[in-house]
Amino acid sequence: MTHHISPVRDYVLVWLALVVLTFLTTYVAFFDMGQFNIVVAITIAVVKMSLVIWIFMGVRYTSRLTKLFVVAGFFWFLILIVMTGQDYVSRNWLARGHMW
Amino acid sequence: MAETHSTLVEHSPDLQHHFDDMGQQFDAATLGMWAFLLTEIMFFGGMFGAYTVYRGMYPEAFASTSKLLNTWLGAVNTAVLICSSLTMAMAVRAAQMGQKKLLIWMLVFTMIFGAAFLGVKAYEYHDKWVEHLIPGLGFEYKDTQYFHQAQILFLLYFAMTGFHALHMVIGFGILSTLLVMAIRNRFSPEWYTPVEISGLYWHFVDIVWIFLFPLLYLIGLHQH
Repeated sequence: MTHHISPVRDYVLVWLALVVLTFLTTYVAFFDMGQFNIVVAITIAVVKMSLVIWIFMGVRYTSRLTKLFVVAGFFWFLILIVMTGQDYVSRNWLARGHMW
Repeated sequence: MAETHSTLVEHSPDLQHHFDDMGQQFDAATLGMWAFLLTEIMFFGGMFGAYTVYRGMYPEAFASTSKLLNTWLGAVNTAVLICSSLTMAMAVRAAQMGQKKLLIWMLVFTMIFGAAFLGVKAYEYHDKWVEHLIPGLGFEYKDTQYFHQAQILFLLYFAMTGFHALHMVIGFGILSTLLVMAIRNRFSPEWYTPVEISGLYWHFVDIVWIFLFPLLYLIGLHQH
C-alpha cells in the first residue's frame, strides 16, 4: 500500500500561514469596520479551516467519496445555520401580531 | 466435491479478513472517521446555531463581553493549538515513513501543546470565577443593563469552550494510547491507521477552536 507522503515544507508553510492569519484576525478586530468585522473574522476562520482540512487532514489525497463526505458535512451545517437564522429573522415579518 | 483448492495469499497480519487489501481497509477507516466527525460538526453546530441566534438578538450585550475575555491568552492559545496541529501532522508523516523515534517525539510535543492549551484554559476559567462571571452563580456585571443577556453569552462561552476542552482531554488520552502503541512498535508504514484517524480528530478539535476564538474573544473589540 502506498500513501502520498507530503513534504515537510507543505506542513510548515500551512503552519506559518495559520499563525499569520491568527495574528491578522486579532489585529483587524481592533478596527471598527461595522458589520464587516464579523465578515472578516469568519472569512479568515474559513480560510484557516480550509488549510487545516486540505493539507493537515490530508483530504487533498483522499478518495472522492471522502471528499464528498466532508463537503456534505459542512453543507449540512450551513442548512442548520441558515434555516434557523431565517426562522428567527422573519418571525415578526407577518403583520398579524404574535401567533403564539 | 472431489477436491478443494485453497490458495494461501500472503498478506499483512494487520489486514482484516473482510477487506480486499490494505488500501481499501485504510480508506474505509478514513471514511468512517469522517462520518464520526460529521456528527461532531452537528454536535458543535447546535451550539454555534444557538450562539448565532442570540448574538443576532443581543449584539450590543454580546459585544460588551469581549473586553472581559482575555484576548491575549485567547490568541496565544490559538497559536498553541496550531503548533499542536503541526506536530500531529508531522507525527502522521513520521508513521507513514516508519520513523519510530520521530513519531514518538511528535506525539510527545503534541501532548505538551495540548496540555499547555488546557492549562491556559484552566487559568482563564479561574479568572472568570474570581470576576463573578459564572452565569447563575453570583453573576455580577458592570453594564447592569446587560445583566441577563451577558449571562447567555457566558453560558455559551462555558458550554462551547467546555465541550472543546473535554474533546482536548479525550484527545490527550488518545495520544497517550498512541504513544504506548508507538513505543511497542505497533505501527509500520503498512499500518498506522490509529495515528491517521486520531490525527483527523485532533485537527477537527483545532478547527472548532479556530471558530471559537474570533466569535467569543474578538467580536466586540472594535467598539472600545
